Amino acid sequence: MEHLPEMHLQHPATVEEAVKLHAAAPASRYLAGGSDLLVNIRRGIERPDSLVYLNGIAELHTITDGLEQISIGGAVTLRELAESQLLRKPFSAVAQAAGKVAGPSHREYGTLGGNLCLDTRCVFYNQSEWWRAANNYCLKYRGDICHVAPGGKKCFAAFSGDVAPALLLFDAEVELAGPDGRRRIALAALYRNDGMDHLTMTRGELLVAVHVPKIPAPVRTGYAKSRVRGSIDFPLAGVAVRLGLQDEKIADLRIGLTGVSPLPFLVRGLDKFVGRKPDDACLEELREVVRGQAKAMKTTLTPPHYRRRVAGALAQKLAESIF
Amino acid sequence: MKNTLSLTVNGITRDDVVPDNMLLVDYLREKVGLTGTKIGCDGGECGACTVLIDGRPRHACLTLAATCQNAKVETVDGLSRDGRLTAIQRGFNEKLGAQCGFCTPGMIMASEALLRRNPDPSEADIRDALAGNICRCTGYVKIIEAVQFAARELAA
Repeated sequence: MEHLPEMHLQHPATVEEAVKLHAAAPASRYLAGGSDLLVNIRRGIERPDSLVYLNGIAELHTITDGLEQISIGGAVTLRELAESQLLRKPFSAVAQAAGKVAGPSHREYGTLGGNLCLDTRCVFYNQSEWWRAANNYCLKYRGDICHVAPGGKKCFAAFSGDVAPALLLFDAEVELAGPDGRRRIALAALYRNDGMDHLTMTRGELLVAVHVPKIPAPVRTGYAKSRVRGSIDFPLAGVAVRLGLQDEKIADLRIGLTGVSPLPFLVRGLDKFVGRKPDDACLEELREVVRGQAKAMKTTLTPPHYRRRVAGALAQKLAESIF
Repeated sequence: MKNTLSLTVNGITRDDVVPDNMLLVDYLREKVGLTGTKIGCDGGECGACTVLIDGRPRHACLTLAATCQNAKVETVDGLSRDGRLTAIQRGFNEKLGAQCGFCTPGMIMASEALLRRNPDPSEADIRDALAGNICRCTGYVKIIEAVQFAARELAA
């Protein structure tokens, strides 16, 4: 891998100071854990001149148990999230997803904010400089052709964060801070379906916290993923399921997907399962609905048809095993 | 940009002027001269560069040295005292946990972190803790036996 270019490392103590320092240099990036950003810089797909280091900001490290919501700071590590006592039932999917990101050492320093703002990934993009140069680069960086869908002008690089689909199950909101102050938006509104520019954050904004509303209903949730190396890898497909039963019939059903498109999203059209018994026929139908919406493209070495099938199968298995 | 970095490496307090873009693994190997920490994949995929920062395992190849201000960094070089190996080092020796030895420093540091917070790990605990460390020689069986050996030694 390439050496790191010359960069200026800034150490702000507050969110507001961080935003100011970010605005002061033309190509700043926020740095927290760095497990993805430093790799991308060394591969030449990020070229910042200044890094604003967030781990010295106390506000970003807190988890608060409020009356109506749990608030999690953006620099809370994935290990802390996975072990948090606040994220037991019904929030198990969030802890499970955090505990399945990469390997144990990555989770010690990888953060919630980093996982939610993870750059999209593609087999033609996450490569060394010489590899990409030999392939005439690609639409996402420096090139003018998408090797995944050569005819089109759209980038299909896949969002591969594990925690986002789990948080989508709970209508979580993200708090952003930027040059124009703070704002709070739905997590779903943080993303758009464009592999080249999948985050709706404006330049200089950073993710301060995630707010997860508490839910009264007795629902259960879980997260499962398929990956090449079972012990450490990005998801080929990741599935978060939220299921609530009443009188043995489905009363509440949500499914979040990741790894199969440029954004994490909730599966549509699950209303038709409400009121039905979760028997074999019902869950097989559910599998087909999920499979139909997991429109994975050729962004990994594993073929897309496998990722579509495994997304459906994981949803079926999770729904079966959750109760 | 260069700044003074103050930290402890294997218990010894140091002040070094390091550039902002220097990786911890390069700082340890080239500035401090501790070559026990290995550069394998160089991108956080193999775990050979695992060191402990404030007692927790971390990849030195994905950590900027300048972010370790006032931290307590421990590497494989600092484990033995007066020539006496620690339990986990003896485990790798006794159970033949190392073949080519390149992944061993990372394996030892990840195991050390595990044994400090869980002195009596199950096999599943050991496999979980070492999930990010790749070995291409042993097939992992001997490595797991090495950690189990160390846990028994610590309990004795």
